[in-house]
Amino acid sequence: MDNVKKQNRILFLLALAIIIAPLILRVGAEFGGSDDQAEGVITELAPDYEPWAEPLWEPPSGEIESLLFSVQVAIGALAIGYVLGTFRERHRNVTNR
Amino acid sequence: MKKKDLVRNISLVALFSLTPQITHAMHIMEGFLPMKWAIIWGVLCIPFLVMGLKAIKKNLGKGADEKMLLGLVGGFVFVLSALKIPSVTGSCSHPTGVGLGAILFGPTSMTVIGLIVLLFQSLLLAHGGLTTLGANVFSMAIVGPFVSYGIFKLLKGDKKNPKMAVFLAATLGDLATYVMTSIQLSIAFPDSAGGMIASIGKFLTVFAVTQIPLAIVEGIITVIVYNLIVQYKEEGVLDIG
Repeated sequence: MDNVKKQNRILFLLALAIIIAPLILRVGAEFGGSDDQAEGVITELAPDYEPWAEPLWEPPSGEIESLLFSVQVAIGALAIGYVLGTFRERHRNVTNR
Repeated sequence: MKKKDLVRNISLVALFSLTPQITHAMHIMEGFLPMKWAIIWGVLCIPFLVMGLKAIKKNLGKGADEKMLLGLVGGFVFVLSALKIPSVTGSCSHPTGVGLGAILFGPTSMTVIGLIVLLFQSLLLAHGGLTTLGANVFSMAIVGPFVSYGIFKLLKGDKKNPKMAVFLAATLGDLATYVMTSIQLSIAFPDSAGGMIASIGKFLTVFAVTQIPLAIVEGIITVIVYNLIVQYKEEGVLDIG
């Protein structure tokens, strides 16, 4: 049981390191979206291609966009926290008995 | 600065000045697949969605804890697919989060959950699109989960907590999504000189290479959650079949 906790802690730190490493290794890089580069590749392969549809609605600013991305994360995190919290409480009831 | 980097940066600057708003991210953008392909990918998704709805209905009927776990894997996709994470290539992409659910509930259940997330992102974030929804569902919510599920079944053996199988399933499922996206784009936009093969290389360089470290991160995080689920199941506090 404690083994799982320890292993998960190490795994979490490892994931964190992989996420942070590029910021240190690639100082000055753009860190734009890979899809914007894909758009560039499409323009290169088919210069005459015209997108034939536009998004119905676009977030009016970068702030609103990040707000909505945060909402998406918040919804997901709420579900994860609620479910894992419920199981954790049950786990405590079992192990403290 | 290397010459290649210079060229890339110049083209990026050109791109930024041409497009008034850069609000898209890693799925195929609205209008960026010819209509023929938009329809083909959409139609291909339908049988998987039907199977997925049945699978979810069946799982919801099993018991309260299955419902809870389904909420967990849904939340997992919501969180992971919204986090744009830096990669060593100097650009950003996001994981998909579908591997965990594919392992626990089967691949078609994730087709439905993936569709919900992709709809959210295309309607509210102008990320992906309605015309490219079929193609994006096919890569992220069908190919990804099926690869994850297949690898997990193949490698898990008879261990109670097959961590390595879970890790590889989630990592390769994530990667497979972006390989599929590259294939979809290269079918629609073959290179005038080298054909589809040359064009797939270009898209793979953009999508799949950036994705490798993120896929590994997704693999690790999936193992963390899987570890907890196995532990709770062994203790009997999580009652699933």
